[in-house]
Amino acid sequence: MSYTEATLQLLSPAGSLVESDATAEYLPYVEKLSDDQLREFHRTMVITRAFDLEATNLQRQGQMGLWVPSLGQEAAQVGSGFAARDQDHIFPSYREHAVGIIRGLDALDIIRMLRGLTHGGWDSDKVKNFHIYTLVLGSQTLHATGYAMGLTLDGVTATGDPETDQAVVVYFGDGATSQGDVSEALIFAASYQTPTLFFLQNNQWAISVPVERQSRTPLYLRPAGFGIPGIQIDGNDVLISYASSRKYLEEARSGGGPRFIEALTYRMGAHTSSDDPTKYRKDAETAHWAELDPISRFETYLRGRGESDAFFRDLAVEAADYASDIRTRTLALENPTAELIFDNVYSEPHALVAEQKAWLENYESSFDQGGAA
Amino acid sequence: MSGVQTMAMAKALNAGLRQAMLDDPKVLLMGEDIGPLGGVFRVTEGLLAEFGDKRVMDTPLAESGIVGTAIGLAMRGYRPVCEIQFDGFVYPAFDQITSQLAKMTNRHEGKLQMPVVIRIPYGGHIGAVEHHQESPEAYFAHTAGLRLVSPSSPNDAYWMIQEAIASNDPVVFFEPKSRYWPKGEVDTSASPQALHSSRVVREGTEVTLVGHGAMLAVLLQAAEVAAEEGTSIEVVDLRSLSPVDYEPILASVRKTGRLVVAQEAPGFVSLGSEIAATVTERAFYSLEAPVIRVAGFDTPFPPAKLEAVYLPDADRVLEAVDRALAY
Ligand SMILES: Cc1ncc(C[n+]2csc(CCOP(=O)(O)OP(=O)(O)O)c2C)c(N)n1
Ligand SMILES: [Mg+2]
Repeated sequence: MSYTEATLQLLSPAGSLVESDATAEYLPYVEKLSDDQLREFHRTMVITRAFDLEATNLQRQGQMGLWVPSLGQEAAQVGSGFAARDQDHIFPSYREHAVGIIRGLDALDIIRMLRGLTHGGWDSDKVKNFHIYTLVLGSQTLHATGYAMGLTLDGVTATGDPETDQAVVVYFGDGATSQGDVSEALIFAASYQTPTLFFLQNNQWAISVPVERQSRTPLYLRPAGFGIPGIQIDGNDVLISYASSRKYLEEARSGGGPRFIEALTYRMGAHTSSDDPTKYRKDAETAHWAELDPISRFETYLRGRGESDAFFRDLAVEAADYASDIRTRTLALENPTAELIFDNVYSEPHALVAEQKAWLENYESSFDQGGAA
Repeated sequence: MSGVQTMAMAKALNAGLRQAMLDDPKVLLMGEDIGPLGGVFRVTEGLLAEFGDKRVMDTPLAESGIVGTAIGLAMRGYRPVCEIQFDGFVYPAFDQITSQLAKMTNRHEGKLQMPVVIRIPYGGHIGAVEHHQESPEAYFAHTAGLRLVSPSSPNDAYWMIQEAIASNDPVVFFEPKSRYWPKGEVDTSASPQALHSSRVVREGTEVTLVGHGAMLAVLLQAAEVAAEEGTSIEVVDLRSLSPVDYEPILASVRKTGRLVVAQEAPGFVSLGSEIAATVTERAFYSLEAPVIRVAGFDTPFPPAKLEAVYLPDADRVLEAVDRALAY
């Protein structure tokens, strides 16, 4: 499924602005962006890609059990990520590395999780409400909706002040849309008119299963059946990703109820480092999407606006430094100690867990004394 | 294919599924990524090409959908074999399995059979992320109407998957994923052992060890170490988790007087607890020591770097053996 007549786009794959009646209402959001903000969009996409490629290498070198690449999806993530305001809450799936970086996450925390040091990795309070990754597909759409219900109950949304009114963004994939949880989230969100933006990254594949197996109709049409407005955007166009998310979030935070965006993008890499996409997808398709690359398109656009060579050169250096810093710190990561198994299973003391923790300590110390077994 | 061949468990399951599909045109495979990819563990590799997409269905991404529609297909006379991608992803289907699948025959007063197999790769030892290393047997063992089995060797895998498919009741088929790759001999012409039977896999006289799935390799290793230290251990492969075939276990305990039950799953309210209680009831006067359980801790399965601490290894089993012998 590639772009359709309904696909909203502000920046063509060739890197020039496209104006159309359909996108006229989105253009003002882009016109308000400063040069610095546009540079920041590009910078974040480039850094995320450098981070992602470095992490892929680190995984290949045995530094992580698994890596989940974001390659190719930078524009969908960076546009929507910058559209959220600081007070908003973000519920990611497991591939939204760029959004995390935008919210101030130390990307090493993602590596810590996929290296097998922790199941979580960060404290959302410290990274502008960027919640931890969820691996069970679709579950987080319900959490995001419930969180948004809480915002409504607390009266911290729809007061009329966009600077403080809160909203929620939830990310999920095309495969996840088939989970019952996602439909239930749409039902609850519609029923309680929550300030939720459902941001679907349709990267065309759920591991080896093409999106056509999940849906016969374009997925942006699905929310209409739940009473939720939805649109389809070119997810490799960072400008429409930003503008549409900004617009929908403003509508949601001002009491308009939930909104749904289907961002058409492409998983340029493998599903994860464990996957071999040559088993199920064709080179021609990957080549087609490579032509639609989000980063080179935006670079062309910025150069067309007169951005200097120096900016791109400096950015390349910064990205390489970012990646090498990640490498250095990954190699320095220490393994957790055994107590972690028992800590935080409950928030209050629990007899059985305490007993087993003590048993293990005793058992392990018996080896130190040359005993046991 | 006939005679004895050496193959990995993943291949043996593949061969068993293929044979079942050849034997009965009503056998269907359903699951996520089981088509062109052949499943994330390649258990269904080549089957789409051989049997076509009407019998090997790459389904939409919804476990409740997979099991729920399998129930409907079974009502229609098919014998669906559902693949759940990883242990931790079976729960979206929990309602369909426990409230629907398990109870259909009973609710239909015996007039409806539910020959549905649910294959679940389970257990640890593969260093994977959250939800990919769990041992959820007890949830299903607690539900009447479900049969549960778990092979520990390629030969058992080859035969048990065919027997499970031939069963007219639902079978939850637990595949010890860390054992997918080690090779073993598969005798495709032998007559198979009954599905719901346990088996003595190593004879010994002083202590009995019971376990299933990937635990078997650990128990055999422990028995080997113990033998070097002069302790004779008997090892029983449970194979069937529900119902449990007690006779070989009780016969062994009557001989050894000591029993250690080991599993990767958490110990609280588990198969190990059930076996300990039953053996205590039925062989009390043969026991020289309390039945001892070795299990995963009653915590979430930890991050991969701690799995070796969490999972019972030969040392943990031998520590329990020592305690049993100390009585
Ligand atoms: C409930 C559940 N079932 C199965 C899986 C295994 N799994 C992990 S990712 C994936 C495909 C997801 O595809 P999609 O939602 O499109 O997201 P993408 O990975 O393409 O970003 C599957 C089947 C899972 N994580 N959760
Ligand atoms: Mg996808």
